[in-house]
Amino acid sequence: MTQFETLQTTQPKRKLPPRVKALLRPGFLLGFFILSGSIILAVFPAAFAPYDPNAFDFMAIQQAPSWVHPFGTDNLGRDTLSRVIWAYSVDMQIAFFATFFAMVIGIIVGSLVAYHGGFADVIFGRIVDVTITFPFLVLVIAVVAVLGPGLTNMYVAVTLVQWVYYARLTRAEIMTQMTSDYASAGRVMGYSSGRIIFRHLLPNAMTPLITFWMTDMALAILLGSSLGYLGLGAQPPQAEWGVLIAEGRNFITTAWWMSLMPGIAIVVTRLGFSLVGDSLADVLRPRGAS
Amino acid sequence: MTSQTDSLLKVRNLKTTFHSKGRTLRAVDGISFDVRAGEVLGLVGESGSGKSITLRSIIGLTRDYGSVEGNVYWKGEDLLARTDKQLQSVRGSQISMIFQEPMTSLNPLLSIGLQIEENLKAHTELDKRARKARAIELLDMVGIPSASSRLSDFPHQFSGGMRQRVMIAISLASNPEMLLADEPTTALDVTIQDQILQLLLSLAKNLNMAIVLVTHDLGVVAQTCDRVAVMYAGRLVETGSVRDVLKRPQHPYTLGLLKSVPENIPPAHHSFRFPARHQHWTHCRRAALSLPAASGRKMCVLVPNPR
Amino acid sequence: MTFEAPVLAVEGLHLHFPLKRTLFDAIQRKEKRIVKALNGVSLEVKRGETLGIVGESGCGKSTLARCLARLYEADKGTIRYDGQEVAAKDAGALREYNRKVQMMFQDPYSSLNPRMTVRQVLTEALRVHNMRPAEQIKTRIAELLDLVRLPQDAADKLPFEFSGGQRQRIAIARALSVEPEVLVADELVSALDVSVQAQVVNLLLELQEKLGLTILFVAHDLRLVRHVSHRVAVIYLGSIVEIGDSEQLFNAPRHPYSKALLAAAPSLDPDKRHTRPSISGELPSPLNIPRGCAFHARCSHASARCQNQIPRLRALDELGKVACHHAHTPMNAENSNI
Repeated sequence: MTQFETLQTTQPKRKLPPRVKALLRPGFLLGFFILSGSIILAVFPAAFAPYDPNAFDFMAIQQAPSWVHPFGTDNLGRDTLSRVIWAYSVDMQIAFFATFFAMVIGIIVGSLVAYHGGFADVIFGRIVDVTITFPFLVLVIAVVAVLGPGLTNMYVAVTLVQWVYYARLTRAEIMTQMTSDYASAGRVMGYSSGRIIFRHLLPNAMTPLITFWMTDMALAILLGSSLGYLGLGAQPPQAEWGVLIAEGRNFITTAWWMSLMPGIAIVVTRLGFSLVGDSLADVLRPRGAS
Repeated sequence: MTSQTDSLLKVRNLKTTFHSKGRTLRAVDGISFDVRAGEVLGLVGESGSGKSITLRSIIGLTRDYGSVEGNVYWKGEDLLARTDKQLQSVRGSQISMIFQEPMTSLNPLLSIGLQIEENLKAHTELDKRARKARAIELLDMVGIPSASSRLSDFPHQFSGGMRQRVMIAISLASNPEMLLADEPTTALDVTIQDQILQLLLSLAKNLNMAIVLVTHDLGVVAQTCDRVAVMYAGRLVETGSVRDVLKRPQHPYTLGLLKSVPENIPPAHHSFRFPARHQHWTHCRRAALSLPAASGRKMCVLVPNPR
Repeated sequence: MTFEAPVLAVEGLHLHFPLKRTLFDAIQRKEKRIVKALNGVSLEVKRGETLGIVGESGCGKSTLARCLARLYEADKGTIRYDGQEVAAKDAGALREYNRKVQMMFQDPYSSLNPRMTVRQVLTEALRVHNMRPAEQIKTRIAELLDLVRLPQDAADKLPFEFSGGQRQRIAIARALSVEPEVLVADELVSALDVSVQAQVVNLLLELQEKLGLTILFVAHDLRLVRHVSHRVAVIYLGSIVEIGDSEQLFNAPRHPYSKALLAAAPSLDPDKRHTRPSISGELPSPLNIPRGCAFHARCSHASARCQNQIPRLRALDELGKVACHHAHTPMNAENSNI
């Protein structure tokens, strides 16, 4: 056997590309299944909910889970399963709207601050310091308290606080990418800063941002539920998991399903986001990098 | 040339194979060579030729990642047959090793005095006071100015060249009979490289210490080594005295490597060419390159065996 | 070949990087620390020549290269291109300068965007500078790949599919795509194996001949610099200590530092061994450059004058300039003590 064969024949003949392989992992498949299921439920709740989520049935108050009402009924006889399903549309909306704008603003601000540096960077540093020293939830509650309760105001409040976290992450990632020679090469080629930032640096900085976004959407659901629980987010009688848990609070010893079922929905959905986020990191990484 | 009576280290048919995700890679493919007491042997090759792996395999540093076959006789005793624990009595005491980047082999949180004394504690019977005196002596020996006042300094307070000197001092703590040096000057500037190489040479001479020097730089080999072994793709393609190999290379690969170095011949501007790969390359791809254990200088199918 | 008007002339370039003071430093009233990377560098590069720039790491040679490519703005000093001063105010002229002076980097693994194919990289360069109408871009890319001897199917591959040497070829192709006149090669082949180095350097020289390029070859490998350069500048702590004809400088260096640097480079001849280090001590920190001649602490010829007065770069003959007070004494004679 010659030198070259010694080194080469040991490679397996056909191999799936690493990206495809990452997509075939059981973790990703499970996450993808949960997430797509959640989205379908969110878009077409009426098709899956067996009952009207707001219809009272005083003949069936606080019934334990059964074949007729798989998740039981609440203190007004509403079907918990239907309410949990209808809540999908609200909570998935929260997951998206409470994070998307923060991400867009954060990415733009973070990139510009990282690339241009100077005084803007110093100011940004102070904003970060102030923001991260406050507990996130307290800050959001304070803003909602000023603006008034409700979903829209909650989106505004979360965006106002959360963009800082995205900007901080973006800034760090862009700074790392800027030490690469390809960024310098772009400047030597005479490219505009906009081109260098958004065409060269940002695509290479996106992987951790997307992963963070996935985690953040999961957290947003929790946050939305917490605010709903506190009465600052979605308002009753709108079905929202936090609101549902709050409604069941007084009956936790007698009708545990009222709070437990929406709680399980939260856990499962978060799991979906996390699993997909983990695998996306591998899929989005540039090829050749390990 | 090949008398084996006074060989300190005898490597016979060393093979190191790595397995990773169903792939196997033979990094070292049947290497044999001898190192005599007080001798400086150069192990030279391009990146990926297996020269570093060879060095690490000798003292069992590659065991955890791959499988090592063959024999490594240290004063007649096979090191590869020993367990890790048994190796400890040789590794770091009779055989020391220094690396390319000393910063990663020094503990950044401990003063260098402490790190030398630690080594002295492990390998000598000296008491605390004697250890300190010895540490100063060692730093002095490797050319660190005002050694006694620098004992309490931390690795980051030293420059790259000084850190390499500290590493050498630590490796000398156990009075080793052989030093394995893995590209010790690659990260350094030429003037500092020059200083470190001169230091290693004088230590080898004064302490009668053998050195195996892994490098990719034929100039370094020419300036320091007594004998040289040229590696390519995990095998030895040529061994011999430095003068023989560098002045009358027999193997086309060695020749190509030498011609790739723009040595001090005045350039004819814009027309000088390095021969990138020699013309016999395709033959070598097909034919096996093998060097029988401790043979003279047969290395290439195209070169008639000198014997 | 004629070397006449300088294509690039640098005059008194200074560049200092202040280090950030921490709050702790401020409380302790520590002085602001400044990395003095360039301390008055002046040189001229003639059209069509290769100027080698050598020195130890931290001497400022890469900073100089980056200044010339305008990645750094010099604090003081001027850069003239074809006799015209390159000023920050004139955006159009700057853009033109950025096109004419291209730079190649050391690290083959970070100098290409990992997410862009070779075609995307080259297309972008050609489009931004309007080098070719859209319908000719494809043929131009084919030409460029031919020029750097890469196969045509390289165009649609991503950087990770190439070896280090091939990546440097791509970097050369990218630089050439905007049809520059000056190439700044910052340790272009230092990260490559010697046999690959040879291929890339040969390619560069061939292209220089074919396209009439001017090259600034920044490297720490003296053997390599000697082979590619017409003239060589030796840099020590941010100043040029000697500049001149390559053969003259390598055969008879006149600055003691150049001499030490050359002696330290390991010769391939095992019979030419030296037994003592060519130079003692280490490069002082650019944070704290010695007074007078920056080299005096390590120099065996140093006199009282060297400790106080900075030597100016002066011409000894038409072949070169030296910044040393004692340069008129023949440095070749070992026993010349001042």
